[in-house]
Amino acid sequence: MTSHSQFDDMRQQRTLTSRQMAWYRFSRNPSALVGSAIVISVFIAAIFAPYIAPSPQSAGAHVDFVNRHSPPSWEFLFGTDNVGRDIFSRVVYGYRVSLGLVLGVLGFAVPFGVVLGLAAGYFGGRTEFIIMRFTDIMLAIPPLAMALAITAVLSPNLINAMIAITLLWWTWHTRLIYRIVRAQMAEDYVEAAKVAGASHFHIMFRELLPNCVSAISVKISLDAGFVILFGAALSFLGLGVQPPTPDLGTMVSTGSEYLPEFWWEALMPGLAILYAILGFNLLGDGLRDMMDVEL
Amino acid sequence: MAFYLTKRAISLLMVLLGLAVMIFIIARIVPGDPARIALGPLATATQVEELRQEMGLNDPFYVQLWNYLSGLVQGDLGKSLLTSRPVMDDILQALPATFELVLVTIILQIVISIPLGVLAAYYRDSWVDNVTRIISLIGVVTPGFVLAIILQLLASYYFTFFPVAGRLSPSLDFQASITGLLLVDSMLAGRPDIFLDALRYIFLPALALAAAGIGQVMRITRSSMIDVGSRDFIEAARAYGIPERVVTLRYMLRVASVAPLTILGLEFASLIGNAFIVEFVFSWPGIASYGVRTILQKDLNAVIGVVLVSGVFFVIANLAIDVLLGIIDPRHRIRGEQSA
Repeated sequence: MTSHSQFDDMRQQRTLTSRQMAWYRFSRNPSALVGSAIVISVFIAAIFAPYIAPSPQSAGAHVDFVNRHSPPSWEFLFGTDNVGRDIFSRVVYGYRVSLGLVLGVLGFAVPFGVVLGLAAGYFGGRTEFIIMRFTDIMLAIPPLAMALAITAVLSPNLINAMIAITLLWWTWHTRLIYRIVRAQMAEDYVEAAKVAGASHFHIMFRELLPNCVSAISVKISLDAGFVILFGAALSFLGLGVQPPTPDLGTMVSTGSEYLPEFWWEALMPGLAILYAILGFNLLGDGLRDMMDVEL
Repeated sequence: MAFYLTKRAISLLMVLLGLAVMIFIIARIVPGDPARIALGPLATATQVEELRQEMGLNDPFYVQLWNYLSGLVQGDLGKSLLTSRPVMDDILQALPATFELVLVTIILQIVISIPLGVLAAYYRDSWVDNVTRIISLIGVVTPGFVLAIILQLLASYYFTFFPVAGRLSPSLDFQASITGLLLVDSMLAGRPDIFLDALRYIFLPALALAAAGIGQVMRITRSSMIDVGSRDFIEAARAYGIPERVVTLRYMLRVASVAPLTILGLEFASLIGNAFIVEFVFSWPGIASYGVRTILQKDLNAVIGVVLVSGVFFVIANLAIDVLLGIIDPRHRIRGEQSA
């Protein structure tokens, strides 16, 4: 009787669902754990900004000359800026702008890049030649230089920064998906679908795409950090979000005028950018190890 | 090898042509009149019309494209509205400073990241490995401008030895007239004092620029070394009793250096992008500073020129890396010759 129940236990242990298995591997991966904790905290800050920020009015064109240039303290966690606004509150609101940018850019660039990569890998021949050469050319343009040029000509604001980054971002996804699809084309299941008379659409989106999902999700996580970096770099140069909207890059740029005495005004928003990028990177690295994909 | 080089050169020309056409199209389809943008909202309609005529904006699109491309072949990028000089002259004047910065950055990346990557692989899973892992993570996730500002901050308080702006002490009067690179020209002129001064100025910007690449290349070197370390020919070398140190440095490193070199080439695009930021922060008088200035002034010809030149920079760097890889690893060359 006892030996029988032990056997049952063993059987039960072995039949972990794939979801349990994924959770087990996730919880054993320190990089993924820390990364997702950071990412979640950034999302919480952005979503609940009005409740978290100790001084929500600091997010706008608020002025408090009595407290200008105050160093970090319990009252002002990250100190105050040149017009006395609480930097911590501005950082919390700044995450809203950063995450909005990420959603906007990846929401357009990823589907576009993925579809082009699928088409190039699946159809091959002339389609492949045109798409991949075009991608190569786009990859040869230094992204920041191009984004600077576009936002400058189109007048600098958040939407144009988003457009400029999106226009250049899809190329990496096209390349990645193209490479995966090319490798998958030789697999039997693709051949079987063809023989069974499946449509091009079915093979591309129902057969090939599911095999790209893990690579895409890792790439998206790593991308999110770099989109934040990119947007911050644009507004650091004065070509992104315009004041008084609290943007982390703009805050670093304004703060750097008061270096080195009032160091917190540039350093704190800078570290806040670093924190968010670190989170997305760790999460992406962790997911990559877990799902064992190569980018 | 000659065939391989010719093939690469032809595809390089194709990419450059595509790049030029694309940048031209982007610059022309943007909403708004370039002449109006350049002159600002206060200019009269006649002034705008005159400038349109001068810039050739009234010609049909294909004529504009043809004029632009034939100008490009002769090294003519049009006139800068900001400096009223040919854009090419402006760029050529700013280019050596950027080239020097990028060169020092790449040297820094190689001498820091490859040895650290090799060490991390050699002492795998020890504290050495963990320390290099943290260094590389910090390098990858720190935005160039944040690092630049942190370095400036440290330099102004603790390391006052390193200046935070410019290329050379104003008190030293020296014209880099041979190659335009201060570090090279000062040695050619027999002026070690200038050399050291220039080195002092270039160190912080180059370090800020190098950080992201250092992190990436270090990780790739490590995983590539570990990967190569388990191959049969390495096992064979070990079985012959060749000391592990020699195996690592003489046999493994050569094969394992292919991956980091490829990454260095790909990193080059973001390097140029980051140069915009770093030059801006450190007031480095290079092409990126020029680019930012002209962009803020909406000087379209100059902006096109800067983007184009940085694209050329990137493509050529990748070609150079490709050739280097062909020398290190003959299989790479043969694959390149065989693929259509």
